Amino acid sequence: MKIIVCLKQVPDTASVKLDPVTHTLKREGVAAVINPFDLFALEAALQLRERVGGQILALTMGPPQAAEMLREAIGYGVDDGLLLSDRAFAGADTWATTAALAAGVRHLGGADLIVCGKQAVDGDTAQVGPGLAMRLGLPQVAFVKAIREAAADHLVVERQMDDGYEVVSLPLPGLITVVREIGEPRPPSLKGKMRAKKFEAPVAGAAALGLAEDQVGLRGSFTQVVEVFAPGAAGQREMLPGPAEAAGRAVIDRLVADKVILLGS
Amino acid sequence: MALIIDKTACTGCGSCLDACPFGALDLVEDKAQVNDNCTLCGTCVEVCPESALSLEDIQRAADERTATSRGVWVFAEQRDGVLPEVVAELLGQGGRLAADLGVELGAVLLGHGVEALAAELFAQGAQKVYLADDPRLAQFDDGIYAAVLARLIARERPEILLAGATALGRSLIPRVATAVATGLTADCTGLAIDPARRLLLQTRPAFGGNIMATIICPDARPQMATVRPRVMKKALPQPGATGELVRYDLDADLKPSTQVLEVVRAIGEQVNLTAAEVVVVGGRGLGGPEGFDLVRELAQALGGVVGATRGAVDAGWIGHAHQVGQTGRTIGPKLYIGLGVSGAVQHLVGMQSSDVIVAVNTDPNAPIFSVATYGIVGNLFAVVPAMLARLKELRG
Amino acid sequence: MDYFLSEDQLMIRDLCRQIAEERVKPVRAELDEKEQFPRELMKALAQADLFGLIIPEQYGGLGGGCLENCIAVEELSRACVGVSTTFAASFLGAYPIILFGSEEQKAKYLPIIASGERLAAFALTESAAGSDAGAIQTQARREGDEYVINGSKQWITNGGEARIYSVIAITDRSKGARGASAFIVEEGDPGFSVGKKEIKLGIRASATAELIFNECRIPADRLLAREGMGFVVAMRTFDKSRPGVGAQAVGVAQGALDEAAAFARTRKQFDKPIITFQAVAHMLADMATKVEAARALVYSVARFVDSGAKDISKASAMAKLFPTDIAMEVTTNAVQVLGGHGYMRDYPVEKMMRDAKILQIYEGTNQIQRNVIGQELNKEYGRAK
Repeated sequence: MKIIVCLKQVPDTASVKLDPVTHTLKREGVAAVINPFDLFALEAALQLRERVGGQILALTMGPPQAAEMLREAIGYGVDDGLLLSDRAFAGADTWATTAALAAGVRHLGGADLIVCGKQAVDGDTAQVGPGLAMRLGLPQVAFVKAIREAAADHLVVERQMDDGYEVVSLPLPGLITVVREIGEPRPPSLKGKMRAKKFEAPVAGAAALGLAEDQVGLRGSFTQVVEVFAPGAAGQREMLPGPAEAAGRAVIDRLVADKVILLGS
Repeated sequence: MALIIDKTACTGCGSCLDACPFGALDLVEDKAQVNDNCTLCGTCVEVCPESALSLEDIQRAADERTATSRGVWVFAEQRDGVLPEVVAELLGQGGRLAADLGVELGAVLLGHGVEALAAELFAQGAQKVYLADDPRLAQFDDGIYAAVLARLIARERPEILLAGATALGRSLIPRVATAVATGLTADCTGLAIDPARRLLLQTRPAFGGNIMATIICPDARPQMATVRPRVMKKALPQPGATGELVRYDLDADLKPSTQVLEVVRAIGEQVNLTAAEVVVVGGRGLGGPEGFDLVRELAQALGGVVGATRGAVDAGWIGHAHQVGQTGRTIGPKLYIGLGVSGAVQHLVGMQSSDVIVAVNTDPNAPIFSVATYGIVGNLFAVVPAMLARLKELRG
Repeated sequence: MDYFLSEDQLMIRDLCRQIAEERVKPVRAELDEKEQFPRELMKALAQADLFGLIIPEQYGGLGGGCLENCIAVEELSRACVGVSTTFAASFLGAYPIILFGSEEQKAKYLPIIASGERLAAFALTESAAGSDAGAIQTQARREGDEYVINGSKQWITNGGEARIYSVIAITDRSKGARGASAFIVEEGDPGFSVGKKEIKLGIRASATAELIFNECRIPADRLLAREGMGFVVAMRTFDKSRPGVGAQAVGVAQGALDEAAAFARTRKQFDKPIITFQAVAHMLADMATKVEAARALVYSVARFVDSGAKDISKASAMAKLFPTDIAMEVTTNAVQVLGGHGYMRDYPVEKMMRDAKILQIYEGTNQIQRNVIGQELNKEYGRAK
């Protein structure tokens, strides 16, 4: 089975904290890591390769430093990787991202199965997997928590829903996004890490992928960020005085004002 | 496309370097300089005290849909013929947006044998219900559901489509947005209209809730957003209200791409402490197992889960799966509420990375107050009912 | 401190540290409490190729030496000695095959040990033969193409979990110490069974069990080396493995020091962090100094062993003796620094103290190590005269 795993390099959220005074993002030397949810995608792919054999390719779009993440993926046991990198890709929303990823998948000659994490911890959109499936005209199952059956032409998977789960048969080629229940990500392996030392990720830009500038990046995006602001709250310390009833009501008002509790607009 | 740095205005203060989540800015000869890691996220633009940073303005031709699309739609997700709460919330919010725009509120209902739900949608404010009722829609399949929605959108041309950020919505709606080639903003917590440009202002948390971003989709229609459950206010129900029912017959070429073999409803209580955004924790101050009823009630009202200290677990008041702390789970939710929790060191190490910490305890010297964002010295059995009452008031 | 490790050695250290932090620490208290064998963790170590660390490359391993083993074991021990004992015991079972196995034996057993598919174990100790290993009673007699083993082994680490056992048994009682031989016994061999699982003070995640041989029949080609070589196999194995026990000691001592120092910085009494009191600071200073001294000894002996030196018994015994005595002292003092907290199961140091005790006992008690060192000194100075 030929499997493509989509990975995203994200800032380590543990190192992204809000400055309590200035309300700006503080970072302690932005450690860049593999999106934690994508590690579950990687684990799902490694499990599948153990079961049915085959090849795993890691695909990512990002700045040049994302090559380091692909090297890390090799350490986990991935066979090869492709980095989609171009200044033109910057500022992409999920529409423009899936345009580049779909071109990347074609560049790799397609796959029997594409595996994505359920979402990225920086964007939290959960849109890229389903969007990519649509771009490629593939059937999809999102939020897969277990793979019951793996055959050459179909998978039987468990899809997590809000009220339980469903057992779904997915014809291949197809795409799944996976959740953490798929299995705890294994550690990197020593042999993988030794291979990773020598690994140089192939890089493809917009031209190599046959993409025009207005299809990718900020220019190729439908959505625009018009404002970024800090939510209130974090960092401050306050004792709420008074009788219990008043304090109880006051704390709810504070949490609502801080947008920690959301009531609606 | 680029980040533009006005070198004459830049004072080299470094604010943008600290703010950049990607390490994409450097100081070169006391001036900010952008490197290849830039994702054009715009965070730096906001923090620059000199307004020396800006994003290059892009001029794009709006496609013809922008001028011709009208109306606000809500995707009325249903499971086994039942509408989840979020549909009523979306209709409430959709109604307000439709009023601001002076257009109709529609609801789209897909399934098999679900026509009866149309009445509920009318009662909750829908003026039109678009119904696709077909055996091929009996089970949820992303492929056929997305195809039906995309064709309906192409035919009817709504300017806004809202859906719940449920498992089904988060799976289906991105596929729909891609199929109709438009923008989508996930997990919105705030929606408003910019009347001048008829634009939907979509606000959502980014970077794990560390910042909020307002997003627009100026040049394509519909403007699509998913909305978290329990965020929007429902409209006052109007029992007996009616509207127009528009049937949509499925094209013969459509068929499901996947097959649902079995449906398993969740059984029993699930505890997912580490993934929960809100955790309400009970400690020894609860006085006994029945104290957890209040903890559960507050957790439920906030859409959170129940946690416990080691003391409460060891006393047998609640199961070990709920335990937070060094010997239990380490959690970092957006909101932690400790009720009768004193804050032993082993507990604090398991929760101190929570974004906002609320502590209620009778002992003013309880260590938990040293990490609390908001502290209340008082009897939790008086404080919590007041919190619940206030929540109910505000939610209407 | 820079220990002048190679790039590959640093990689091993970082990977093991990552596994220890992410996988071992979160479950160690539960494994200890429930005396639960760490099957999931062994799978993770196997996926990380760590069971191949010291197995030669031609048999699917990474061809690492004593130092690589020590680095890995130290990092795992920093989180949990129960887990590191389980891991290290597989190498203890593998060493006789690496050192004395025939080409066929190596080709058959080493790849499946290296992949982690099968755990190995080493079986010497018996109820009446602890420090006096020469007193073992388990017998093996040759019958045609088979050996028939009778007797029982006691306190065997990985007993019941391993599927490959290196077993020492007497083949000729008349020859005394030269009458013992080493055999490979597999799970499922007729007449071989696992007896009682022990309940222990520490390293409770590791499995310790009795092995029972009742007319256990194995093919004759399971004999390691030649008849009569049993104790040579055992002693050469211990020479290789003892620095690893020292590394376990360095790891658990470092782990206890980490906990004690962190606690002393945050714990306030008399309005000051207790680390600012000289009584506590001096304890921590001595602990830290001794841990470094122990590590220096382990690493230098491991490098000596890897140099291919022949006379390693004394150095190897020292690398076990000193660090394990230090580990007992440092973990005990860590409990003292944490005071009442340290005595409670909420904190990991009481477990570290319980775990450290075994290191002074197994793979030759520290009294036996002193005997070995004493005998070697006697020989050395005898020659010098």
